Amino acid sequence: MASTIRVRATSNGDITEVQALVQHPMDSGFVKDAKGEIIPPHFIQQLTFEYDGKAVFVADWGAAVSKDPYVKFSFKGGKKGDDLKIGWVDNKGATDTTTAKIQ
Amino acid sequence: MIMRVAISFVSAALALTALAAPPAIAADTPNPAADATAFQKFFTNKFPKLKPEDFVNGPYSMNEDLHRQWEEKEQFPPYEFALETGKEMFATPFKNGKTYGDCFPDKGIGIRQNYPYFDDKEGKVITLELALNRCREANGEPPFSYVKDEMASLTAYMAFTSRGKPFDIKIPDDPRALEAYQKGKEYFYTRRGQLNFSCATCHVQAPGERIRAEILAPALGILNAMPIYRSEWSGMGTISRRFTTCNSQIRGVPLSPQDEEYRDLEYYLSYVSNGLPISGPGARP
Amino acid sequence: MSMIRKSMPSGHDTMGGNRFSLATNAERVCAEIMLKIKSSTMRNLIAAGLIACTTPACAASEADFKTAYAAAEAAEKEAGALRNQWTTTEAMLTAAKKAAEASQFDQAVASSKEAEALAKASIFQATSEKQRWKDLEIR
Repeated sequence: MASTIRVRATSNGDITEVQALVQHPMDSGFVKDAKGEIIPPHFIQQLTFEYDGKAVFVADWGAAVSKDPYVKFSFKGGKKGDDLKIGWVDNKGATDTTTAKIQ
Repeated sequence: MIMRVAISFVSAALALTALAAPPAIAADTPNPAADATAFQKFFTNKFPKLKPEDFVNGPYSMNEDLHRQWEEKEQFPPYEFALETGKEMFATPFKNGKTYGDCFPDKGIGIRQNYPYFDDKEGKVITLELALNRCREANGEPPFSYVKDEMASLTAYMAFTSRGKPFDIKIPDDPRALEAYQKGKEYFYTRRGQLNFSCATCHVQAPGERIRAEILAPALGILNAMPIYRSEWSGMGTISRRFTTCNSQIRGVPLSPQDEEYRDLEYYLSYVSNGLPISGPGARP
Repeated sequence: MSMIRKSMPSGHDTMGGNRFSLATNAERVCAEIMLKIKSSTMRNLIAAGLIACTTPACAASEADFKTAYAAAEAAEKEAGALRNQWTTTEAMLTAAKKAAEASQFDQAVASSKEAEALAKASIFQATSEKQRWKDLEIR
């Protein structure tokens, strides 16, 4: 199955800028469906970006983050051609990971 | 009570005026080419700093801050998932072995700018969405909902293959085609719904201004970016979706997607934007 | 000239969803009178044209509701033929039916009459717009 994570990381030698688009319903658990029943909460609880074995960005998410979240951040370091590992865990225990090369 | 009297009075007055018909205005033979010129001129005069192709970006060309945010977002657009899905779907054969490409000229690639067109055999306007569902049904597949999901993914991919190509809508020299065009034009300017808005009320009279927290797009080029990922919808939507939701937003009961009025409206709006590039799929607030 | 409403009315209608365009002074006056009358039953009765009727003898019956509702439905059907129904008319028809199911026939008749008025307004809109759309056309 295709990854739920799209990522683009570019380094200018000093700073690496990362953009990621994650496909996930991010149901808050507060919304009702057409029948009037609550759609159960289903959202990413933690999203982690790792470089060189260390976490460079960790997001602890909850109900307030909308569907298909987009993240953009920068971190010091990161060389072209190196790997950036991304992974998430949601409240149902599902996970997905992907690895991208820094451009 | 007074409201009731006022309404019945007005209804009576209207009945009276219907009996004493006003002198007939000389039958306006539709002149689409003149309309399109006037239409485009109206908007380029109103926004002299914009190039014609800027109009396809809707509200983003109306507000600097929005434009900056949109440019950033376009690096990693929210419609990417739908676009990829659409590409896969388009390439996947039906159960009978045929593909979408078999239903369209040029295998369906780079043709979005030609839709809608007037079918002279059937005497009606055919939109891309309608053509796709007809393709499915002709090949033994169930039709998709017109407003989102699969239809949005497919039209996203087809629009993407036409990116940059200018709208090239044709109105054949056929009174039925002219009638469809004219009906579409009439729909665009007719006020409806309890809030008494026409499409023109927002998109001709107030582009760049706000309605609640949203900035209004100009009518010129308004279909060029379709289908769109709309933050308001947290998802993709087609032209059908936008027409129906707009109707209900002004408290009018929406017609069914792909009803004649909507197809004629799409025909008119696409034609008057001839020459402007397809920019779909798009993202909107 | 069409009025551009820079701020659209919010989804919540403080007058309980029974108000539509108060464009004329007559309508505004009527609305003010309505606001002064505290009892909602009295308001509805007056709105239904059953003025100053407080005795049980003039309370609406199921038959009254059926007549009023049929008239409202007929008007809404006509609006449908003109392809110009309002969502608020539909909501009012539903409210009328719901009140009737709960045997609240005074309310049901009032809502039916309101729905009929809304439907008739939408018919007027569709009919007059047949000519008036040209006012907005870019030439």
